[in-house]
Amino acid sequence: MTPVITGLGITAPTGLGVEAYWTATLAGKSGLGRITRFDPDVYPATLAGEIHDFDPAEHLPGKLLPQTDLMTQLALAAADWAFEDAGIVPEQADSLRTGVVTASSTGGFEFGQRVMQSMWSRGNKHVSAYQSYAWFYAVNSGQISIRNGLRGACGVVVSDAAGGLDALGQARRQLRRDCSAVLAGGVDSSICSFGLVSQLATGRLSTGDDPDRAYLPFDDRAAGHVFGEGGALLVMETPENALARGAHQVYGHLAGYAATMDPRPGSGREPALRRAVELALDDAEVSPTEVDVVFADAAGVPELDAIEAQVISDVFGAGQVPVTAPKTATGRLNAGGGSLDVATALLSIRDGVVPPTPHVERSPRYDIELVTGSPMVARLRTAVVLARGIGGFNSAVVVRGGLPTR
Amino acid sequence: MNRRRVVVTGLGVVAPGGVGADAFWSLLSEGRTATRRLSLFDPGPYRSQVAAEVDFDPYANGLRPPEVRRMDRAAQFAVVSTRQAVADSGIDLARTDPYRVAVAYGSAVGGSIGLESEYRVLSDDGQLDLVDHRYAAPHLYNYVVPSSFVQEVANDVGAQGPGSLVSTGCTSGIDVLGYAAQLIRDGSADVVVTGAADAPITPITSACFDAVKATSVHNDSPETASRPYDRSRNGFVLGEGGAGLVLEEYESAKRRGARIYAEIGGYATYANAFHMTGLKADGAEMAAAITAALGEARVNADQVDYVNAHGTATKQNDVHETAAFKHALGDHAYRTPVSSIKSMIGHSLGAIGSIEAVACLLAMQNDVVPPTANLHEQDPALDLDYVPLTARDRRTDVVVCVGSGFGGFQSALVLHEPGRAAA
Repeated sequence: MTPVITGLGITAPTGLGVEAYWTATLAGKSGLGRITRFDPDVYPATLAGEIHDFDPAEHLPGKLLPQTDLMTQLALAAADWAFEDAGIVPEQADSLRTGVVTASSTGGFEFGQRVMQSMWSRGNKHVSAYQSYAWFYAVNSGQISIRNGLRGACGVVVSDAAGGLDALGQARRQLRRDCSAVLAGGVDSSICSFGLVSQLATGRLSTGDDPDRAYLPFDDRAAGHVFGEGGALLVMETPENALARGAHQVYGHLAGYAATMDPRPGSGREPALRRAVELALDDAEVSPTEVDVVFADAAGVPELDAIEAQVISDVFGAGQVPVTAPKTATGRLNAGGGSLDVATALLSIRDGVVPPTPHVERSPRYDIELVTGSPMVARLRTAVVLARGIGGFNSAVVVRGGLPTR
Repeated sequence: MNRRRVVVTGLGVVAPGGVGADAFWSLLSEGRTATRRLSLFDPGPYRSQVAAEVDFDPYANGLRPPEVRRMDRAAQFAVVSTRQAVADSGIDLARTDPYRVAVAYGSAVGGSIGLESEYRVLSDDGQLDLVDHRYAAPHLYNYVVPSSFVQEVANDVGAQGPGSLVSTGCTSGIDVLGYAAQLIRDGSADVVVTGAADAPITPITSACFDAVKATSVHNDSPETASRPYDRSRNGFVLGEGGAGLVLEEYESAKRRGARIYAEIGGYATYANAFHMTGLKADGAEMAAAITAALGEARVNADQVDYVNAHGTATKQNDVHETAAFKHALGDHAYRTPVSSIKSMIGHSLGAIGSIEAVACLLAMQNDVVPPTANLHEQDPALDLDYVPLTARDRRTDVVVCVGSGFGGFQSALVLHEPGRAAA
């Protein structure tokens, strides 16, 4: 059983909803800027991809607002939009066979910081009932299940920035068991001072203050990344379910997925990203020459970019496949990034166009055909999406347009 | 097509009352409790002042000083318990293709001690709106993302297959075993190093559970504070711990002559889609999970020898799951021993499901059902056999282990002797 993807819900710094996001992405419009949620001046990194035009009160009932972190509010909106896009009314779905799988990285972190501040500055009685569950890692799956009446298998995977792809892999497992439809992906946010400081500890955040020059993967000037918020949730279904309910659209299908972990540091073994790509292609029964575009993880850290460029050259041939990283316009969305890239890949296939990698100038150091500047028109059937998480997580997904042929 | 079967070949445990399977099983089989007045911080200001703590010395358990520095207490539990499990299994991972070894680990709240202690420093105990990055520990990010547990375990055992943390709140420890078994069934791995850990005994976690009045206020009798199914129950006792398990594909485990504790026959999870913390009294989704897990294991309800209950000792939980057991097992529910080891080792959130699975494996090995401690006066509304106070000799070949948690998640796992499967 190869799942089809029939609905997309997107929340990104460059746009809310499929078409706003896609238009901005094709135009190479950037969503990066100086942090506005708090004054970042005291920190060495001051940039983020913030979502500015989202008013949760427009999308959610008032009683949910004080109970939820922004991460969850965005996820609930993305869930609504994904079902709407798929033409599914969740209340009418087979509730025990409709599940939710989300990826998380830090949980509802801004909320968590507020709860801890309330407690440590005012005392332990200043923690309210809903604060007990608004920031744990499972909150998005739980809230989406409850709001939409979905009783099928729920899951939560945490593998840092690889999680957005792992959620889709896990959703496929559930569709192969007893689910007929699963809402899957990641929506993440941790743009608060504690979130920024946690990210700073990784040593991977760019300290530049020019939003157009701070996140430049595969560029000679690469010096880290900018973090952002948002992500995408995808409606995945068995083909039978999509046909039986008369789905009005199919973006494509999840043809392959695989994940690996890097060897322990100092072991001398090679990084495991290449194996993840090869396993995902095997799983999809797709040869490297059939792949039309690669969406790169694009760490923005020179050593990591070099590893990824080498893997792409080794597997697909040097310069043989267009590579893109539209995430330079949104920042790295942690658990939300992988599923947003898959959504972007499906839109690329739909419209026959590869979006560019904003801000980046190609470097002769990397033997890859990076799409920069303007979008590249091409007939696209098959895309590979890569994601890596801190801690050595590597995941790869193969998506293809249309219905599965086998 | 012959489906790939999954067996448990190694186990390890770090639990209140003892580190290692021997100490753990002594406690359970003797019906002793490891709950006590909370000592990891001053519980004076809190509504609930009892806890089930692990007396844990990381150095005595083989961790090196740099490991202790960079790992949260829960990550330490993860590494120590999985090392025990790998050693117990006898598998030589150095001679196994690392890409065929997966790590799937569970946790509900991740590195909560590290997270909160870092927050306190960086915010000067909440005085600063903007936390001060100059005081941040170099490994701060590891406390923030529980995926670091998977990284630690994978690096420790040399695994390079798929790696992920499963974090579905209090069902994490069961869900991760279902997930791990699936990795073997679908061919993603031949061996999975799995389990779950949490170390949530922190001021912020205590304050949160105080706020929902979920934890026990038997503060004057901490040793008997966790009272599942008893009339006087008034909530769970917060615990901590970790469990490690090694899962293998059955045929390859047999070929290498591994000791097989049990087969993971079936697993299922459903959500009540009702409330983030509340339960419906009918237990419908937990019942559905049990029925589906038995179906996958091809075991009839009347073959179940033991149910390891979620048994938190909240008023709501014990009613909810009692209804679920009756619904799923029918009349056989009345003939099946049901017990809650949370009466002895408290509720360690995401860890407890895997710790309870280890308890089930030891029950099967010893043909002894662990008791529900502190059950002196059964709630008249609860009418199953909850194995009060004393462990019971009983042939235990087929076990159901359940979990229930925030988010409305309800999960069930079926373990059985490999010979009991209608393969």
